Formats: sequence, structure tokens, C-alpha cells
Amino acid sequence: MTEKDCDVLIVGSGVGGGTVAEGLIPLARAGRRVLLLEQGARLDDHEFTGGEAEMADALYEEGGGFLTAEGTMTLAFGRAYGGSSVVYTGTSLLAPERVVRHWDIPGLDHADVVRRSRRYMDENNVHFLPPEEINENNRLFALGCAKAGYQAEPFPLNVLGCRGSSLCNLGCPNSAKQGTHRVQLPRAEAAGVEVVTRAEVLRLQERAAVVRVAPRPPGAKGRPSEWPAGEYHVRAGAVVLAAGAVGSPALMLRSRLPASLPRLGEGFTCHPAHILVGEHPRPITNDVGHPKSYFVDRAAEEGYVLETCMYFPFTTAKNLAGFGADHSRLMRAFPRLQMILVLACDHAVPGNRVSVDAQGRPVVRYRFTPEVIASLVRATRASARIFFAAGALRVHAPSADPPLVEAGDAGRIDELVDARHFKTGKVSLSAAHLMGGCGMGRSAADSVTDAWGRVHGVPWLRVADASLFPDSLEINPYLTIMALADRVAEGLREEARDVLAARPAARTA
Amino acid sequence: MGTPVLAPVRGAFRAVAETVVPEARALPPDEWRTLEAIVEEALAGRPPRMRRQLRLLVRMIEMAPVLRYGRGFTALDDARRTAVLHVLQDAPLLLLRRGFWGLRTLVLMGYYARPAAAAQIGYRADARGWEARR
Repeated sequence: MTEKDCDVLIVGSGVGGGTVAEGLIPLARAGRRVLLLEQGARLDDHEFTGGEAEMADALYEEGGGFLTAEGTMTLAFGRAYGGSSVVYTGTSLLAPERVVRHWDIPGLDHADVVRRSRRYMDENNVHFLPPEEINENNRLFALGCAKAGYQAEPFPLNVLGCRGSSLCNLGCPNSAKQGTHRVQLPRAEAAGVEVVTRAEVLRLQERAAVVRVAPRPPGAKGRPSEWPAGEYHVRAGAVVLAAGAVGSPALMLRSRLPASLPRLGEGFTCHPAHILVGEHPRPITNDVGHPKSYFVDRAAEEGYVLETCMYFPFTTAKNLAGFGADHSRLMRAFPRLQMILVLACDHAVPGNRVSVDAQGRPVVRYRFTPEVIASLVRATRASARIFFAAGALRVHAPSADPPLVEAGDAGRIDELVDARHFKTGKVSLSAAHLMGGCGMGRSAADSVTDAWGRVHGVPWLRVADASLFPDSLEINPYLTIMALADRVAEGLREEARDVLAARPAARTA
Repeated sequence: MGTPVLAPVRGAFRAVAETVVPEARALPPDEWRTLEAIVEEALAGRPPRMRRQLRLLVRMIEMAPVLRYGRGFTALDDARRTAVLHVLQDAPLLLLRRGFWGLRTLVLMGYYARPAAAAQIGYRADARGWEARR
């Protein structure tokens, strides 16, 4: 095993890890060695082709089909240089004040989260799309909302030079999305932060990590790793985990940490989501233009958020309930389809958690509470009203049986769309806002870290990703992860002298 | 990559695929190979237990209709094939529902992730975005 040495080791290059890497530039410039390890590959610009299967395989963990232990929901999270910031749509919303207040974490206040978030909005060129760049899929949503009595709000997006490929979730082929792979990581690397890709952290040890660097598989996308393939023992003064809400708790669980953390892995939430489809009588612009221009926030009142969306052929097919001739007919109507993503604002409940199996692989246990099912049903009813108000002929609603609701039945939506038709294992559910598992709080009795991401009882270990959320954020989490990661970086900068002084003397390789 | 999953159950898998996506019946041999290669690639990274379970499920689908119809799934007409798969889709047992959901998902992936299928349904996303439509 090859020995390596650094002052700060960051695990993961996504929203949290990329933000910490940039935040530690002053340490790198001061001569500290900052190392970031990323399990995924570093793709070159020409490798972002927009091909559904090939890009999903290259950019997502398990191709975007990571199954919960119950087998009733897939989780989508990135595995690449830039992590999930490569594959999300660029939506950049501020954390709701009521949510941060409800979290009730001493030392974390909403104003601080907002102040830091706004800095990243500037840094990532967050803005509203001009009206002429908004496609009909989105305009029909706004129209339907206005007619049906819902308040559609425009999404602030972090794009620069967007050409409207609609391929955001497969990695922007035009380098327009300002994820950490475009903004924070290149800046950090230019300032001396070392980034090593294809490097999986197998387990943590006292101020160290055991790492496996994988060779580039034949024919795979992405550059070879910056280090030769093999196993490494990386010693560090401090370790920052930013491997995401599945990866960070799983890594801590399979490592023998010198602390009792009974809450580790608990409190997993994910905004479970459906894709709904409305069929219009004429073709609309749907697979061109940015896919996500508007949303409806009913989280506080009804426990759901509606977002415009546009997905690719397989993803769409998977999310339509049923099979056979009806399913095929709807797929052939693709140019006439309007889409809405409905997200339930779930809450941390006992049993919904991240654990690891005998081999140390992550296992996510998630059961749908009656409240979550009720939220999805309410969201589906609202979406159906919006589709019909926008002129749809029929609506595909997974919580209806049969799932197609005709315009003539628009007055019977509450009767047709009902929780009794919501059958897990039949209805396609997915989630991409993975949160919790290393929640912030007061002590090890109620949490894993404090308000600055410091792991209780492990002074050399911090967490800087969405696993810090003690409960669901109830809105897209990107900016809030950056704000919390920025706090972690600030804490490390301020405490560098003390934290890194405890580091053991370097050994030779 | 491990042992191919579909080879021992190819006939039954194709019969299921043709029931899930009726247009699959018209696929030429090279497109069937593409469909199955997409499915195999998706399965390659999955745990061996999951791969075995999938093969077992396809075998079960082939054998299950023998009791009721006196013949295997591949020998049934379209209506009866559809009825068999509906029983699985709506089964009271979650294990069966999610098993069928997984198999259905793989079929849909194999069929719709092919560029030819995307073109057939009118999907036209292009990296050039708006410029490609002008």
C-alpha cells in the first residue's frame, strides 16, 4: 500500500466538496497540502454527448438506478468530477426561513445561510431565464397555474451560455451549467488543491483514509486517474466528508470511529418524486430549451412542490405506469407531452436511514409514510388541474387506476386520483434530493455533528454535504449545501493551527 | 462483467419484452442484440444476487401460466400474456410487484435507450439546443 500525506483530505467533489475545496484555497496558498479524492471520473467536454444510457452510466451511481432496500424507489446521485452538480438542472433556491428555524440548531441561523448562499448565487451566475428562452413545456405550466389558481414562480438558474439543449440531467453538453466542476474545482486546482479522480475511500482510520484508485475501464468515458491504480494509505491532519447523504454516513459506518454516534445514518429524507405527463393536441417545444423554468411551492401548506421538467425516452417510459399498447401510445405522443415533477416534502422518521451491508456497501431503508403518500396524491391532483387548465387532452397520473385521466373527467380528479391506488412496487418513484444521515445538532445524543459540521467526539473529522440536514429542506438543496460547506471551510481555516497541529509526523512512502 | 443473465432465458425475456412494448415484435435481429446488450450492461454492475433473482423471475413468468392455461408464457397469445403480467403488476405481495417493476424497467431501458427508438417516438433533443430547430 502506497503512503500519502496531506494536511486536509476532502472526500467527494460535488456541491459540498467543491465548495470546501475552494474555501480552503487560502490554506493551499499558505503551503498546506489540500487533497480532494473523487470516486468518479473526470470527463472532457467532448464526452458530454447527451446520450441517455451512456451519460447515465458515466455520471450517476449505478446509472441513476440505486434502489432502496425495499426496492420501491430509485435514488439518483452523481459520481463524477463535480458530483451531483454535473447532473442537476442548476436550480438555485434559498433555504426557507421556517425550515431552518424548525431545524433548531444552536449556532445556525437563517440569515447566515442566506448571506452565504447569495455569495454563491453571484459566483455561479444565478439568474432568471429571459422569456424568449422559455419553451412551451414551461410556458404551459405557467399558463395552467394562472388558470387553475396556483402561483408559479420562476426558477433562478446557474447557467452561463445556455443553448437550450434540455440535456441538463445528462451533464450539459455545452459547459453552460455552473456546477462545481466548472467554477469551484478549477479555481481550487489552479490555487494548488490536488484533485484525484477514480479514488474511492474504503474506510477511515485515525486521521487517515484507506483509498483504492481504480484503473480506467476499457472504453469508459473520462480520463485515467491522476494517481496510478492501487491502494493507498492517506494520512491527513483533518478529513472533510462530502460524499453525499448516502456516501458520507456509509463511509463513517464502515469505519471504526473513536466515538459513539447513535444518530449516524438516521434522519434520511429525499423528497420522493413522480413524473407526471399531460398530453396536448399539438406538438409543443419540450425537448429543446432549459427544462426547469418554474415551480409551485406548496410545501408549507400541503407538503409538496411542483416543478417543470423534461426527461429522456427511457426515463419517461420508466415513470409511466403500466405497459403494453396504452403505454406505447403515450410514448409515441412524446412531441405533445408536457411534464411536471411532483416532490413530496418528507420528514425524518425512525427507520428511514442509511446503513451498510456486510461488505460495507451503502443500504438505504425508506418506507413511505401515509403523510408522504397523501402529499404525492395532493400534488398529483394539483398537477392534473394545471395540465387540463393548460389544454391537455389527458393526464397520466400514477395514483389513478387506470392511470390515464381524460379531459372529460377533469371534474372528477379528486375521486380518480386517490391514495388507494398508490401501490409501492407498481408506481415509479425516484428521488434526487438526498438529505440527512449525519445531521447537525447539539450533541451525539441528537445528532452527528455540530452546526459547523464537526463530528461529535472526533476532532479531526467534519462533514460538508446534504447529510448535515437534520430534516428535509423542502426545496432544492444546492445553495444550502454550499452555504453549509462554506461554514465548514471557514471553521477549518480558523482552526487550522489547532486542528492540523495534532497531525502525526509524515512517514516516507 | 459477469456471466450474461439473459442467455439462458432469452425466449421468455423476449416474450415479456414484446408484451411490455408491443413494437418490439418488429425489431430486426441486430436491434434485439442492441436491446439485450443495454440490459446486460445495466445488470453487469449489479450484485450477483440481483442477477440471479431476475433470471429466476423470468423463469417463473414462463412457468406460471402452465397451471392455468396449460402452456408456458411464450406459447400464450397477447391477451393472455398481458393478463399474466397484470397479475404480477398488481400482486398483493410487494416482492412480486417490485420484481415485475424491475423487469419492466429493464425492458423499457433496453427498448427506449436505443437511438432508433428515441427517433421513432419523435424525441429530438440536440446538444445545439434552439439552434438545431431554426
